[in-house]
Amino acid sequence: MINRFLRITFVLTGLVLLLPATGSAETPLPVIHEPEGEGVKCVEPEEVMRRDHMNFILHQRDETVHEGIRTSKYSFAECINCHVEPDDSGNIADVDSKDHFCNGCHEYAAVTIDCFECHADRPQKFIDRGGKSASLQEEMHQMLTANEGTGGELK
Amino acid sequence: MSDCVNQSRRSFLEKSAAVGAITIAPGILLHQVANAKPDDQPVSDSVRWGMLINTNNCEQGCTDCIDACNTEHGLVGNNRPQSDTQYIRKVTLRDKMTGHELSLPMMCQHCETAPCVDVCPTGASFKRKDGIALVDKHICIGCRYCMMACPYKARSFVHEEVKNQTLSAPRGKGTVESCTMCVHRVDKDQIPACVEACSKGKHDAMMFGDLNDPNSEISKELEKHGGKQIRADLQLNTAVRYQGL
Repeated sequence: MINRFLRITFVLTGLVLLLPATGSAETPLPVIHEPEGEGVKCVEPEEVMRRDHMNFILHQRDETVHEGIRTSKYSFAECINCHVEPDDSGNIADVDSKDHFCNGCHEYAAVTIDCFECHADRPQKFIDRGGKSASLQEEMHQMLTANEGTGGELK
Repeated sequence: MSDCVNQSRRSFLEKSAAVGAITIAPGILLHQVANAKPDDQPVSDSVRWGMLINTNNCEQGCTDCIDACNTEHGLVGNNRPQSDTQYIRKVTLRDKMTGHELSLPMMCQHCETAPCVDVCPTGASFKRKDGIALVDKHICIGCRYCMMACPYKARSFVHEEVKNQTLSAPRGKGTVESCTMCVHRVDKDQIPACVEACSKGKHDAMMFGDLNDPNSEISKELEKHGGKQIRADLQLNTAVRYQGL
């Protein structure tokens, strides 16, 4: 009887001790950056976008690639243009970071997407092409010289 | 070769006569493209985009078109010329008899009956209705059959991870890609970046327009001076034609 009483006491004490611990270990909810500007709204209400944004993008994707329909409503590029903004120090969070608009939620929900294997993760004005074109030109010249020797094949 | 163009032109004329004549203002600028399409409308087969390259104006060593293409599509090499992506490459031809050399830009020829589309096992290689041959990179599995099938060696495979893509030209590792005739620009009534750069550099070796429209600059020029297909024997009816070969 005493044993049983002791066991229950231990369990209860343990639970009480654990309570604050579990509270602090909870994964924090992702921070959603609202698009700046007064009256700026997303193309659909938040609840709809949360559930269906992937379907909108998927549908638009096929229409754009195959049929050349380039409306901006469900355009992937427009999502990025509106939602991906620089932080206070002017930096754009990388797509692997929790601070990136898309990755913030995807990481929280343990969803792996491959959109950004190909697509740019930031608006065009923030894409750094940092002086790479100069070296590319040199490479192209090298390539040209290399091709000159074999160019006659086409004749 | 020119018969193919004429046939499609003839059928276009019949169609347009039935629907009502499509007129274009005289003296239309090269930078403007006729047949403005609203953003929400799909492309149609009433147009067939094409290019005409005058090799007499194409200077050896000039890479204006290539540079513009690389900037437009964010093509950055890894210093491996054998495998780095190239949408356009300059080819020099030398006549052994006379020693005469000419230079020309070589890219996807946007064939009417495209071998890349024929061999693609997933449907990723496809032709838009307006004649532009593309790769749907969402579907491409990177098998590279199309690269082997292409007689013009126009396609490249992305071997390495890509960063800093441009917003309008997504590209990534494991897919095949080639000249898109700047489809994102064409859909917004702009001309391809290479053609724009060539005319900005005052070379005027490249012309872009609608092959189906008998009143377009390109059709008029083709009618007047002709334009050859490379490997015409394959009967692919290419959308890129060359003068001065």
